[in-house]
Amino acid sequence: MFTAAIIAILVTMVLALTRAILGPSLYDRILAVNMFGTKTVLGIAVVGFLMGRPDFLDIALIYALMNFIGVIAILRFFEYDPRGTTNHDR
Amino acid sequence: MIIDAISWFCLMLGCFFCFSGGVGILRFPDFFTRMHAASVTDSLGAILILVGLMFQAGLTLVTVKLAFILLFLLLTGPASSHAMAKAALHSGHKPMNSNTSDDAAKNSASGGDVSNP
Amino acid sequence: MLSGIYGLLSATLFVVLDAVDVAFTEAAVGAGISTLLMLTTLSITGRYEIQRPKIQSQIALVLTTITGALLIYGTLDMPYFGSTDSPANAHVADYYLSNALGQTGVPNFVTAVLASYRGYDTFGELVVIFTAGVSVLALLGTVSDKTMSDDHQPMHQHLILRVTSKMLIPVIMVFGLYVQFHGDFGPGGGFQAGVIFAAAIILYCMLFGLGVAKEVISLGMVRFCAALGVLLYGAVGVVSMLKGEAFLNYSVLASDALVGQHIGIIVIELGVGITVAAVMISVFFTFTGSAEEDDSAFDASSPSDATESNSKQVSQ
Repeated sequence: MFTAAIIAILVTMVLALTRAILGPSLYDRILAVNMFGTKTVLGIAVVGFLMGRPDFLDIALIYALMNFIGVIAILRFFEYDPRGTTNHDR
Repeated sequence: MIIDAISWFCLMLGCFFCFSGGVGILRFPDFFTRMHAASVTDSLGAILILVGLMFQAGLTLVTVKLAFILLFLLLTGPASSHAMAKAALHSGHKPMNSNTSDDAAKNSASGGDVSNP
Repeated sequence: MLSGIYGLLSATLFVVLDAVDVAFTEAAVGAGISTLLMLTTLSITGRYEIQRPKIQSQIALVLTTITGALLIYGTLDMPYFGSTDSPANAHVADYYLSNALGQTGVPNFVTAVLASYRGYDTFGELVVIFTAGVSVLALLGTVSDKTMSDDHQPMHQHLILRVTSKMLIPVIMVFGLYVQFHGDFGPGGGFQAGVIFAAAIILYCMLFGLGVAKEVISLGMVRFCAALGVLLYGAVGVVSMLKGEAFLNYSVLASDALVGQHIGIIVIELGVGITVAAVMISVFFTFTGSAEEDDSAFDASSPSDATESNSKQVSQ
């Protein structure tokens, strides 16, 4: 059953990664990366249970933290750049 | 036994939500609808999966850690979604349903900054 | 940005390989801090690349291909994954695994090996990090300690983010302390804890501006802490030397050998944590400091540009 959960999470991660690579605009990519990070947190938690190593939860926790900080850093970098704020779409 | 069943139910439901979020982020037509798909199902899927794991773990330190992860995800997820939506709005993305002809022109103008007035 | 995903993925790989401590470090450093530093570097260097002649990039492509091919060729000689007669499993690993608990009293083997058996290596790593911090400071020039502009608050309209972060930052710091002192028993230790601490400060700095962050923790204090950590680590070694044993042999720090090992490991992990956190913070401060100077110079030099683009928007 844990295996089924992991497979579902992995498939979701692949979908998010596809969007991150395709993503027409910058924000699509950021969104996809954020989602990917959240899914990694869940995935690690479930893997920890699958292997019977609850130590992994610490890693999941630090991922959640780093994901948040990373997204904020990216947003800050791209939103408040005085040079050419209108050229984001590609 | 019953707890086990509840836990599996939560896990499977959470997986379903995660998966539908993944499909949504791939299939939806524009940024804000994708964001809706991603953030809403993210939160719901995370809650369900973590609660399912908590039922599995029982009352131990593991449950406390899981609760912390849940708290963290619940605080940061909506906050970063909000920040992303705001940043996207600032930089000229417009939500889809305001797509009258006037707005569409403005949309493309602020998007590419090259179109005619 | 995708490098963040790379970090996450490789950390997941380590998780699957059961290397909890490595995964922890990769999560903190690879996925978090390196993305942050990459972004701040980008914000210093400016946004668009200068067009180079094509031949240069082709040479670079050929070189990276050759290097990658050589590296892959090198892996062919490595022993099979998980084979018992590989050099890593043959010599010291057995000794560590069978003796670490008895000799150091630390349940987490990785910490025991890192901090006790390989104390010299870890000391070297710490000095490398310290040197990196010093050289960044030397290259980018010491940012003037005066707060440049107090009203320069980068994300002042993100009220929700700020409130959320204010709630989160104390929790992050407590988590950092937990990682720091839990390293004996579970995954964790000085490096990871230092990075978590630095991440908390950097988050504050990103949301509330450099000036406010410097009021909390000044640049001078950061530099002092960076040196303090290395000194702490070295001092442990010197004390054990004065007590008549080898450098960094903690067994003599207390009357009981196991207690001595515990004290030694905790103190050096603390030193590692302090230095890593301080170096990360000072690098980030220096980078953002010079980026903000650039920005303000840019704003002052070309106000006409901004008004022009504004008027363009209006006319449309």
